[in-house]
Amino acid sequence: MESTAPAPAITLRPLSAPAAIPAAPGSAVAPAGETLIDIDHVDFFYGAVQALHDISLHIEHKKVTAFIGPSGCGKSTLLRCFNRMNDLIDGTRVASGTIKIRGIDIHRPDVDVIELRKRVGMVFQKSNPFPKSIYENITYGLKLQGVNNAARLDEVVEKSLRGAALWNEVKDRLHTSGLGLSGGQQQRLCIARAIAVEPEIILMDEPCSALDPVATAKVEELIQSLRERYTIVIVTHNMQQAARCSDSTAFFYMGKLIEYAPTRDIFMNPASPQTEAYVSGRFG
Amino acid sequence: MADPTHHFQARPSALRRSESAIFWLFRGATYLVLLCGAVVFLNIFIKGLSTVFQTKAPFVNTTFLTEAPESLYVFEWQGKKMEMGDKEFRVFKERNPAAANVKSESYVYCAGGIFPCIVGTVLLVIGSMTIALTLGVCAAVYLNEYARDGTFIRFVRLAILNLAGVPSIVFGLFGYGMFVIFFGWNTSLLAGWFTLAFMVLPVVITASEESLKAVPKGFREGSLALGATKWQTIRKNVLPYALPGILTSSILGIARVAGETAPIMFTAASVLRTQLPWQGLTRWTDFFFQGVMALPYHIYVVSAKIPQNEYTERVQYGTAFVFLFIVALTAAASIVLRTRLRNRYKW
Repeated sequence: MESTAPAPAITLRPLSAPAAIPAAPGSAVAPAGETLIDIDHVDFFYGAVQALHDISLHIEHKKVTAFIGPSGCGKSTLLRCFNRMNDLIDGTRVASGTIKIRGIDIHRPDVDVIELRKRVGMVFQKSNPFPKSIYENITYGLKLQGVNNAARLDEVVEKSLRGAALWNEVKDRLHTSGLGLSGGQQQRLCIARAIAVEPEIILMDEPCSALDPVATAKVEELIQSLRERYTIVIVTHNMQQAARCSDSTAFFYMGKLIEYAPTRDIFMNPASPQTEAYVSGRFG
Repeated sequence: MADPTHHFQARPSALRRSESAIFWLFRGATYLVLLCGAVVFLNIFIKGLSTVFQTKAPFVNTTFLTEAPESLYVFEWQGKKMEMGDKEFRVFKERNPAAANVKSESYVYCAGGIFPCIVGTVLLVIGSMTIALTLGVCAAVYLNEYARDGTFIRFVRLAILNLAGVPSIVFGLFGYGMFVIFFGWNTSLLAGWFTLAFMVLPVVITASEESLKAVPKGFREGSLALGATKWQTIRKNVLPYALPGILTSSILGIARVAGETAPIMFTAASVLRTQLPWQGLTRWTDFFFQGVMALPYHIYVVSAKIPQNEYTERVQYGTAFVFLFIVALTAAASIVLRTRLRNRYKW
């Protein structure tokens, strides 16, 4: 199963990240802040297989929420519910319960999935820049919305790349292929592409699992700078990452939400023995 | 070598002997295939060369490449053996009244050239590939991107696979019954286009589907996650990357469309057309409803439909040579196009 070696946490902690355990200021017992995503008793099925069992949790506005748990525990499945990416897989369904974003049930028939996905951006586990230039990668989402003004596009490209801490590295080669970048740069390009369409929420599905420690540190730094403007939900295998980056952490096991609490409590003072066993590396 | 009886000493054994026998069996089979191919190509190349090229300037037999077929007249004139095409012979007789009653042997289609056949084949390829690619890519996109896997889709796939195995003469009969008789298009370019298009459709669909499958799922997900509709995703982020592969498949299609005789035999091919397809049209729509000459059918006609002699062989091999050259040229053009596109979209 996943490696849970705790040692690298100390050496890899990025400078700008908050100390891992004292967690972010202002996060009391979840849910405390303004609720942005409200998940209420959700059961989710892949065909006949139930992947999520009665999940209820509140994700706070402009906070970083981490989902942790062993492989197959349903954390990615839940994440992909928030922008309805699961719709793409045949035979999937939310059998009961509701997911509300800003009070709107996103599975209501009058919800426009396209509009939802503009508001809820996503960064994937495997960085997937399109085989186009860096510039075209960033402008892809805007062009879909009919934005064709060159000055406006230039502006968004610079803003997004600066936002993704990539501008200085690529400003001289905006028109070369996005696939010519290193793995970490590619992942930051994908983040830049996601923020170019000004989403409210950014979902990150194990964004660092394919990156080396240095690139991981950069992405984590970026997450810290993004938390001011966006609500971020991050799925991770790396518990140190959850500890370093997030305000709240939800621990999933076998499709069930075991514990959801401020990150500090999950790691220092877990309520459930299963959480305690997982975060201390005794299983998973 | 000091110790001849070390652990790894090679000893003759049945295993070692069979190993080398098997190696030579495979190598021999490969060389045999190569030899057959070389013999066929060299035969056509050498025999066709003398028809298509000549020793005098401009070195290319322009008559053969730019004129329509005509009859060849062979006669003796002032002790010399003369060979002349129909038109040339008439002019000759006018100039030399004494030749008016000269005894001559005539051989049909053995003089002139094959220009109308080249034109016809090119028209057939362009039209049928346009139809096949349009229909085929649409079907492949539907099957691969939209359709949900189920019994019906599996049945459709099976039908497509089976279609690929249908002999081309059956397509010819189908086209004859459907387009020539039922639709009343007669023997026409249009009937030939559709017949050939249906024949290559399975190749185009299967290969297009393969190239669509080769586009990573991440590109689709990434695009959809940015708020693209399905069609926007396919148009901007899937099809452009699949295009090189689709073009590769159409190379195979072009070779087949250009090469098949059976499907056009009843549907599109004429034995002889004196006018080029764009000549003598009363209405522009007549263009689509006329038969055309075609290279493979011309080879068939000059090889099987007329008495064989030393003169027919020249036309046969000359036509085959030009035919192979054209197919090779189209293939080369498609490969260049594909390489260009592939360099533009690499992942």
